[in-house]
Amino acid sequence: MSSQQEPTLSISSGTPDTVSARGAWHVRALARRGVMARLRRQIARLPQDAAWDLSAVEAIDHIGAQLLWDAWNGQRPRALHLPAAHERVFERVAAAGHLRLPAPEPRPGPLRGAAMLIDRAADHLTDFIALFGQLVLDLGRFAAQPLRGPWRELSAHVYHIGYQALGITALVGLLIGIVLSYLSAQQLATFGADIYLVNILGMSIVRELGPLLAAILVAGRSGSAITAQLGVMRVTEELDAMLVMGMPHGMRLILPRVLALAIVMPLLVVWTDAIALLGGMAAARLELGLSITYFRQELPNAVPVANYWIGLGKGVAFGMLIALVACHFGLRIKANTESLGQGTTISVVTAITIVILADAVFAVIFQRVGF
Amino acid sequence: MAEPVIEISKLHTQFGQHVVHRDLDLTVAAGDILALVGGSGSGKTTLLRHMLGLTRPSAGRVRIFGEDIGKLGGQRLQQLRNRWGMLFQHGALFSALNAFDNVALPMRELHALPESLIREAVLLKLDMVGITPAEAQKMPANLSGGMIKRVALARALALEPELLFLDEPTAGLDPALSESFVELIRALHAQLGLTVVMVTHDLDTLFALASKVAVLAERRVIACAPPQQVLEIRHPFIEHFFLGVRGQRAQQALHETQVAKEPADGK
Repeated sequence: MSSQQEPTLSISSGTPDTVSARGAWHVRALARRGVMARLRRQIARLPQDAAWDLSAVEAIDHIGAQLLWDAWNGQRPRALHLPAAHERVFERVAAAGHLRLPAPEPRPGPLRGAAMLIDRAADHLTDFIALFGQLVLDLGRFAAQPLRGPWRELSAHVYHIGYQALGITALVGLLIGIVLSYLSAQQLATFGADIYLVNILGMSIVRELGPLLAAILVAGRSGSAITAQLGVMRVTEELDAMLVMGMPHGMRLILPRVLALAIVMPLLVVWTDAIALLGGMAAARLELGLSITYFRQELPNAVPVANYWIGLGKGVAFGMLIALVACHFGLRIKANTESLGQGTTISVVTAITIVILADAVFAVIFQRVGF
Repeated sequence: MAEPVIEISKLHTQFGQHVVHRDLDLTVAAGDILALVGGSGSGKTTLLRHMLGLTRPSAGRVRIFGEDIGKLGGQRLQQLRNRWGMLFQHGALFSALNAFDNVALPMRELHALPESLIREAVLLKLDMVGITPAEAQKMPANLSGGMIKRVALARALALEPELLFLDEPTAGLDPALSESFVELIRALHAQLGLTVVMVTHDLDTLFALASKVAVLAERRVIACAPPQQVLEIRHPFIEHFFLGVRGQRAQQALHETQVAKEPADGK
């Protein structure tokens, strides 16, 4: 059935003219290079009231029949010789001839678009507040009956989100520490203020950069994972299955993730701080010749311990925010792949933005603390 | 047309230590409607995937339309792929496209047909499976399971295939829909001369459609014959599969006169 003749049209003059089609009129033959263009040129030039002879057509499928049907302007020509074998195909095409796609819905106007946007934002906000409220209730229940809590999930998340992030946070922390140290050292050297390097490095890393770096890395790494996990659970109906079995999402999915991030993030902050300071120390030793001992002695004086606590507090807050945002977007994912991809992207972008916003809030609240 | 459409010889499949197929042979002639049956885990779907060229067997040869699909590549394989259609068990519609675009996609991929022709051809295909133009504009997420299946069949039929693979075509459809599905496939088969390979557990569908039944057990095809002949084979799996209570019912309903066998004790 594969190597049949090309579909062709030929016109023999008479009264009226007769158009005879021959060859295989099926989609694979029509799709061959140039065939379609040639046929359409021919069809455009055909006389209106020609007689048609399809007796030499070897095979015809719906697409071939549709092409002829269109050439006939949606009705059978008055004189048509059609073999009985092909009758059924044309009947089908004729029956479907009246079908039209309904016109697409008009795009919403600017006012309507704005209203929809506000609607969506309000929807997100109420959902987020409900999620947070549920989390508080679940925390209360967890505190009341700690033995029945989701310990197993909690430990799994601590391992995946915390332990497995040690490598990447260390690498990034180390590099940032080195870069910061080099840049500051060069500037300070021009003022002869080399020894203040400890203050600059200590303050910026412990108070700002450590928590922020760790949070951004975790948001990209685990925030996306959480959203995708929940989204896939929606696609595979696991979320519904849990509800049917009476396992609430809040206790089993949200609480362990939020708690795990709240536990793990401050630890990651300490780890990132330490590695970044080590990198800074090493760079200072090479660039300015500041000894490691001096650096170590000077650090507690340069950075009051309050900054360390602020950093830890930021870690807890950022961790919970990342988890909440990731869960929020994960639960909103609809059961299709498009939504999964979009949801994950929005989740990560939102988590990072919110972390930076929260960082600004911390800066304002603690502006007179720790100097 | 003497050449078989599908010819599988000495096929061997192994996942790690687990042998799925051993020395499996199967031939499908043009115009056959072959039902592939077997217990769960007997490798029906794996065999189907081998035929589609999605996976490669550990050893052995799969020839489709006379060509060894393990050795084909590029253009030739694509041409071959345009000659068959596959209906996946859960439809596998592209969730980013609406029903209409899902069916139009294979036609557009040919880069040869004008858009006006594609539009009419798609509406025709959707009409054949009972989907209205209004429903055609819905996204797959908003379609019911039965509608997804019918749209998926329309997509499988988009390029007028000579060979149609069906994985559980009637699973998840209500009886009336199953019946119209069976009718549709039978009509298409009669009209387009389709060759159909289907994996099914639904005995009603099997007896209504299949011209041949291939029974997969003991890691190979133990029988490949018309349904009546397969029923007469004495083999524990066949007796269990066809002569259970459900099998009896299905046979009675559809072959009241032909099947005059004694109930083989239910087992």
